[in-house]
Amino acid sequence: MIQLSGWKRWLLAIVVLHGIVACAGFFAPYDPTEQDREHPYLPPMRIHLVDTQGHFHFRPFFYAEQLRVGSFDQFEEHSQQAIPLRFFVTGARYDLLGLLPFRTHLFGAEASRVYLLGSDAYGRDQLSRILYGGQISLLAGMLGAGLTLLIGVLIGATAGYLGGWRDGLLMRVAELFMALPWLYLLFALRAFLPLSVSPVQAFFLIILVIGAVGWARPARLVRGVVLSARERDFVRAARGFGATDSYLLRRHILPETSSVILTQAAILVPQFVLAEMTLSFLGLGVPEPVPSWGSLLASLQQYSVLVSYWWMYLPALAIVPFFLGYLGLASALQQDAGTEKIVRTAGGSRW
Amino acid sequence: MVRMAAQSTFGRWLVCGLLLAGTIVFSRSANGTPPQTSSTEELLTLPGEIGKQGGRLVVSLRAEPKTLNPLTAADAPSREVILGAMQADLIHINRATQLTEPALAKSWNVSSDGLQYTLILRKGLRFSDGQPVDADDVLFTFRVYLDENVHATQRDQFIVGGKPITVRKVDAQTVVFQLAKTYGAGERLFDGLAVLPRHLLEKPYNDGKLGQTWTLATPANEWAGLGPFRLKEYVAGQKLVLERNPYYWKQDAKGNRLPYLDELVFLFVPNADAQVLRFQSGETDLISRLSAENFSVLSRQQSGYTMSDAGPGLEYNFLFFNVNKPEEKTSPDLARKIKWFREVKFRQAISAAIDREAIVRLVYQGRGAALWGPVTPGNHRWGNSGISHTARSLEKARALLKEVGFAWTTGPDGEQSLVDSDAKPVEFSILTSSTNADRTKMATLIQDDLKQLGVRVQIVPMEFRSLIDRVTQTREYEACVLGLVSFDADPTAEMNVWLSSGGTHLWNPSQAHPATAWEAEIDKLMEQQLDAQSYAQRKKSFDRVQEILAENQPMIFLASPDILVGAKKSVGNFHPTVLEPYVLWNVEQLYFRNTSGNGRP
Repeated sequence: MIQLSGWKRWLLAIVVLHGIVACAGFFAPYDPTEQDREHPYLPPMRIHLVDTQGHFHFRPFFYAEQLRVGSFDQFEEHSQQAIPLRFFVTGARYDLLGLLPFRTHLFGAEASRVYLLGSDAYGRDQLSRILYGGQISLLAGMLGAGLTLLIGVLIGATAGYLGGWRDGLLMRVAELFMALPWLYLLFALRAFLPLSVSPVQAFFLIILVIGAVGWARPARLVRGVVLSARERDFVRAARGFGATDSYLLRRHILPETSSVILTQAAILVPQFVLAEMTLSFLGLGVPEPVPSWGSLLASLQQYSVLVSYWWMYLPALAIVPFFLGYLGLASALQQDAGTEKIVRTAGGSRW
Repeated sequence: MVRMAAQSTFGRWLVCGLLLAGTIVFSRSANGTPPQTSSTEELLTLPGEIGKQGGRLVVSLRAEPKTLNPLTAADAPSREVILGAMQADLIHINRATQLTEPALAKSWNVSSDGLQYTLILRKGLRFSDGQPVDADDVLFTFRVYLDENVHATQRDQFIVGGKPITVRKVDAQTVVFQLAKTYGAGERLFDGLAVLPRHLLEKPYNDGKLGQTWTLATPANEWAGLGPFRLKEYVAGQKLVLERNPYYWKQDAKGNRLPYLDELVFLFVPNADAQVLRFQSGETDLISRLSAENFSVLSRQQSGYTMSDAGPGLEYNFLFFNVNKPEEKTSPDLARKIKWFREVKFRQAISAAIDREAIVRLVYQGRGAALWGPVTPGNHRWGNSGISHTARSLEKARALLKEVGFAWTTGPDGEQSLVDSDAKPVEFSILTSSTNADRTKMATLIQDDLKQLGVRVQIVPMEFRSLIDRVTQTREYEACVLGLVSFDADPTAEMNVWLSSGGTHLWNPSQAHPATAWEAEIDKLMEQQLDAQSYAQRKKSFDRVQEILAENQPMIFLASPDILVGAKKSVGNFHPTVLEPYVLWNVEQLYFRNTSGNGRP
């Protein structure tokens, strides 16, 4: 068996989780926007192996649910009608990873829809919506973090390498950005942008907005590393041999910042996923009917949903493994970088 | 007379927060002993359960009223408090029967030409400060209502046929009103008109300060009215306390002077969910304007209160398209879409594709009625039963679209999409108010309905005021879901919706000349129903208006929510109606069954 070192194990966990979300079309039984108007607010279905007569079945099955007469959201299991769960069924068309048209879903059922995590106000499958919503939220988080890091590294490296008044100016601007109440800044930025936008436009607007506010912290960290790396002996030596600025940065200085950048990335991605969720929760994210984790939770703003339909909280649970994965990775990376540094300082006698 | 049904809570939070900072309290100790029923008084006797004297009823109000002056009251909370509990009118529309009944005027008669109304006042009427009422107060009331410098919100109501109504005093009890033109709704004119005390308001009126009098900060002894309750105390940002008016002019069948309650308290609770929590915890005794979701939450955990579904109210929700004539500044994209929207068959097809039953079931949890016209089932007298209630039919919608040159193309992913005669895909956006969850839900259902027709729809939730601005001013929108509620079931209340010159003629407001032949016909019919004197004639005209609307679909009517209310079990005479104020319309008869002077343990 392959032994994975600390951070690699976390990375693997994250890759697996993202893989599931990226292939949402396969794992989700239905199209996330498809409404089933006969089953609004259906609680998660129970999957049985033993029927009412006590017989054991190898194939899991569930009972069809129907509305209790005269009620809007009270359902009862129809025990006469057992519907077997089927695997690798053909259903709604989707594009795997956005490229390959596919029709095969991991599971599904004939004769009735199966709701493992219940349905929402329009009878849309909650499980499918959580999986597809993850695509939006995670991609927004990752692209937002990527954008932030790009800006952060550019500004941080410039400030650290050039030094002098340019360093001072850039860092004061960064401090200004850090002092801003960024949630309110998000609101203000979003309010300036047009309201009537298509889901795709809205998505990129969000990424732009959250990417533009978070660059200050990584910029300061990168600047610090660049500042110390610039004075290292091997950098001085390279400069003495006539290396150009761009060669020095590329070859000697920026590689020094890699551990800081990776750790920052692992911290920033969940932070920006949360930022996207906040915006969508408040109705400023991607519009209906496209799901995102934030807009899935938005229905909880209503008192009646809060007290009546517990499965509407599930999108909040979905983010927990992702955040654990990212934060675990961040701390493992930091430890790794820490030990590396100790090894290097102990081995290489600098003084 | 018509109000957009908005539920904006943002601003109100802010206002409450600011007012909490400085709490002002004004109160008055109770006036001496209340007068006994004397033979010179002509009290109005109300049928109904005999109640018990005493108790304090607490209700929540969506927002703090802006004023206690009936002349300038324009916001819904002010009007609810003033007209519901503090003031009285000459002739009143009974909220349960939707018919007129005597109020301060004990009787009236109309001259044969329909131009002269003679009203006889009740004898022995007194304002809540004990001062007697006579014809001079009525004359004064009309003088200030009609004075342009006062800017009374209801001034337009008393201009009939382009001329203000003139008022003449015959004797201390008799007043004659002269109209320039016949008025179809007749004596309904007088509903909601508060008779004002001349002895308190004549001086500010002469000083030109009438608009600024009777604010919330007015001391209680400078305020007087003819309603069942009078001002006692106002705590900024928290509550308005009213006390029993000992001079009120109604009595029960046993001769007890009404109202039964000693105090009526309005708590300012700006958020619908917070109102539910207060009601659940027993802090308030009545609750109205419940959403279906909150109604079912309360019904499920029922304990100590009665939940009641009064049936569909007067609110009607509809989808409408921008059919304004494109101007130079209109973007070519919008101009192209307006061309579809102006096509009657396009609107009919959209109407046929919408699943109204699903809206009632999913948005109102079945507590509402699907609509095919503006008159809801809650309006007993004006609905046209001939309007067909066509069920959803995609085939019909497709046939209608095909007739006017629309076609379908099949995309690479097998999805059908509708294209117009220039092969451009049909897609549009629907505006909804971001603070109204119900209407956003309707739009989401319509979005899915139309997807099955190959039409791509986007939903744009927008702050209510900027939405109204887009619809009535800039006219830069494609489609919109809105709702309207009128205070009265009579069609005259909605003149500015149906007349092409009206400001609430939403699909194409404030036109100089009617843009289409059918709008011209509606204009004519609405004027006709205003002039006609018999109900049958007026009904005939308005029936035809409804037919024209159903045929041309300028508004695609969707659904009407039920009026959902609740009360503590101990509240007696609780008979909710579908007209505003839903639960407080008979506040003088409400009482507590089991208490010894206080509504709570």
